[in-house]
Amino acid sequence: MSLTATDKILKDPDFQTLTSRRSRFAWLLAGIMLTVFYGFILVVAFVPDLLATKVAPGATLSIGWPIGAAIIILSWVLTAIYVRRANSEFEALNNKILENAK
Amino acid sequence: MNRVRLLTGGATLVGLPASLAAGPALAAGAVAGEVEKQAINPLAIGMFLAFVLITLGITYWAARRTKSAKDFYTAGGGISGFQNGLAIAGDYMSAATLLGLTGLIFLKGYDGLVYAISFLVGWPIILFLMAERLRNLGKFTFADITAYRLGRTQIRTLSACGSLAVVSLYLIAQMVGAGKLIQLLFGMDYEYAVVLVGVLMMAYVTFGGMIATTWVQIIKACMLLFAGTFMAIMAMAQFGFNIETLAIKAVEVHKIGDGIMAPGGLLGDPVSAISLGMALMFGTAGLPHILMRFFTVGNALEARKSVVYATGFIGYFFLVVGILGLAAIVIVGTNPEFLNADGSLRGGSNMAVMHLAQAVGGDIFFGFISAVAFATILAVVAGLALAGASAVSHDLYASVFKKGDVSEAKEMRVTRIATLGMGVVAVGLGILFENQNIAFMVALAFGIAGSSNFPVLILSMMWQGTTTRGALIGGFIGLITALTLVVLGPAIWVQILGFATPIFPYEHPAIFSIPTAFVAIWFFSITDRSAAASKEKEAFPAQYVRSQTGLGAEQASAH
Repeated sequence: MSLTATDKILKDPDFQTLTSRRSRFAWLLAGIMLTVFYGFILVVAFVPDLLATKVAPGATLSIGWPIGAAIIILSWVLTAIYVRRANSEFEALNNKILENAK
Repeated sequence: MNRVRLLTGGATLVGLPASLAAGPALAAGAVAGEVEKQAINPLAIGMFLAFVLITLGITYWAARRTKSAKDFYTAGGGISGFQNGLAIAGDYMSAATLLGLTGLIFLKGYDGLVYAISFLVGWPIILFLMAERLRNLGKFTFADITAYRLGRTQIRTLSACGSLAVVSLYLIAQMVGAGKLIQLLFGMDYEYAVVLVGVLMMAYVTFGGMIATTWVQIIKACMLLFAGTFMAIMAMAQFGFNIETLAIKAVEVHKIGDGIMAPGGLLGDPVSAISLGMALMFGTAGLPHILMRFFTVGNALEARKSVVYATGFIGYFFLVVGILGLAAIVIVGTNPEFLNADGSLRGGSNMAVMHLAQAVGGDIFFGFISAVAFATILAVVAGLALAGASAVSHDLYASVFKKGDVSEAKEMRVTRIATLGMGVVAVGLGILFENQNIAFMVALAFGIAGSSNFPVLILSMMWQGTTTRGALIGGFIGLITALTLVVLGPAIWVQILGFATPIFPYEHPAIFSIPTAFVAIWFFSITDRSAAASKEKEAFPAQYVRSQTGLGAEQASAH
C-alpha cells in the first residue's frame, strides 16, 4: 500500500499489458451486449412485426420467443467468457505484478 | 371479513421494476377491482412458520459469528462466489419478478419477455466495467469508494443520502406490496402483515447482520428456483413438453390471440423503450443493497465468479418465468375456478402464477409457493434495511459526524439502532401508504440510483479528472433532474396530482437525467481549478492501481 509499491506497479510493463488487455476485452464484450440489447429494443420499438415472424411456415410460435431466450443465454455466456479469461490469464498476470511490487 | 382493494396493478403490487414503464397501461389492465381476502390458509402458514423458524435459527447462529463491524456489514468478506451469486440472484428474483413478470406475460404475452430481458442485461455490464473495481476499492458501503480520494465529508454525505433515498423508497414499495400479498395469501390483516414483516426484518438484521441476511437470501433463492422449475415441468407435461403445442393453445384462448407472439403497445415509442432499458441497466448499478454484495466476497476473483452464477440463475429463472406465463394463459385463463364473473383473473393478474401453482401442484404446492412468496419479501427487505442502516451508521455517523473517530463497538451499536429506526419508519410508512399508488416510488428509486449514485460512482472510479466539486454538483443535478422529471411525468403529475396530461411525457427520466448527470460532473470537474482538485487528481494513480490489482484491498476476516 506504500507509495513505492504503487509506483513500482505503475512502471511495471506487465501492469500496462494487464490493464490494456483487460479493458479492451471488457469493452469488447460490453459493446456486444449493448449492441445486441439496444438493437433488440429498437426492433421492439420500430419494427415489432419482425419479431412476429413465425419460426416456420404454418407454425404458431414466433421467432421473438427464441430470440428473447437467445439474448438471455447470450448475457450469461458473455459473463462466463469474461470470467474464464479474467480468472485465469489476467489473474495470473495480476498476481505476478503484485509479487514484483513487494 | 373486510374487503381489500388491490390499488396497484401489475408488478407495482410488489413495487419492483416490472411496473416501471408499464405504468398506467399495466396498472389498468391488472387491477381486478375488489377481491375477497383469502380464508386462513393453514398449510401455507405452517410452511411459512417453518421457514421463519429456520431463518431465526440461522440468525442465532450468525449472531454468534458476528463479532466485528466487518462481520456485520459484509459477513467478514467470507462469502464464496457461488453463495454470493445465489444471494444476488435472490435480491433480483423478488416477488415482483415471480408474480409481476408472469402476470405481465399472462396479460400481454411477449411484452413480458421484453421486460425480463431488460431486467437481466445490466448484469454483464456490471461485471465487465464495475465488479472487480468495486471489490478492490470497497469496504462496507459504496460511499467508501466515492469518498476514496474525493472530499470525504461532502461526497460521503451525497452518497449516503442517495443510498438512503433509494433504500427508503424501495422499502416502502416492498412493505406495501408485502402487506397486500400476505393479506391475499394468508388471510391476515394488512397492518398485522406489515408489522410482522417489519419485526422479522429487524430481527434478522439487528442480530444476524450481513451473514444472516445473506443466508436468508440464499435459502429463499433455492426455494424459488426449485418451485419455479417444478411448476414449469408440471405445466409443460400438459403440453407434451412441446413449446409449439403450448403456443398454439395459448394463442387460441388468449384475448389478443396472435398478439401475444409479438411486442405490443407497452413499449410503443422508442424514447420510452430506450429510457426503460437505461433505467434498469444503470439503476441496478446504483442500488446500494446490490452494490454491498460485492464487499461480502473475499477478493476480485470471487466477485467476478459471483456475477456469472448470479446471471446464470437469474437468466434461468426468467426463462422459467416465460414458460410459466404462457402456461398460465392456457391452464389458468381457461379454468372458471380462477376467474371472476367478468372473465378477469381472481386476485388480479399478479396472481396468475399462484393459481398456476394450485392448478398443477394442488393445495400443498400452493401452500409452498405462498410461503416462498412471503420468504422472498422478507429476504429483500432485510437486505434493504441493512444497506440503509449502513449508510446511517458507517457513512453519516462514523465518517461524517464523528470524522472516523469512533470505536467499532459504538458504530455497530448505532447500526443496530438505525436498523430499528428503519424498521419503525418502514412499518409506519407502509401503513400510511396502504392505499397509495406506489409505482412512482420505484420510478424514483431507479431514477435516483441511475442518475446520481451511478454516475458519481463510475466516474470517481474511472476518470482521473473527477473532482469533489464536479461529483457533488453533478450528482446533485442528476438527482434534481430525475426527481423533477418523475414529478412532472405520468406517475405523479397525472396519477397522484390528477392533472390531465403530464408535462414530461415519459415514465422514465433515465434517457435525459443520466446523460445530464455525466455532463454536469464532467463540466464542474474540468472547470475546478482549486488546489484540492489537483490533489484529488494526484491521488488517482494509487486508486487506479488498487482498483485494477487489488493492492491493499480489504481482506477477508480470519475466521
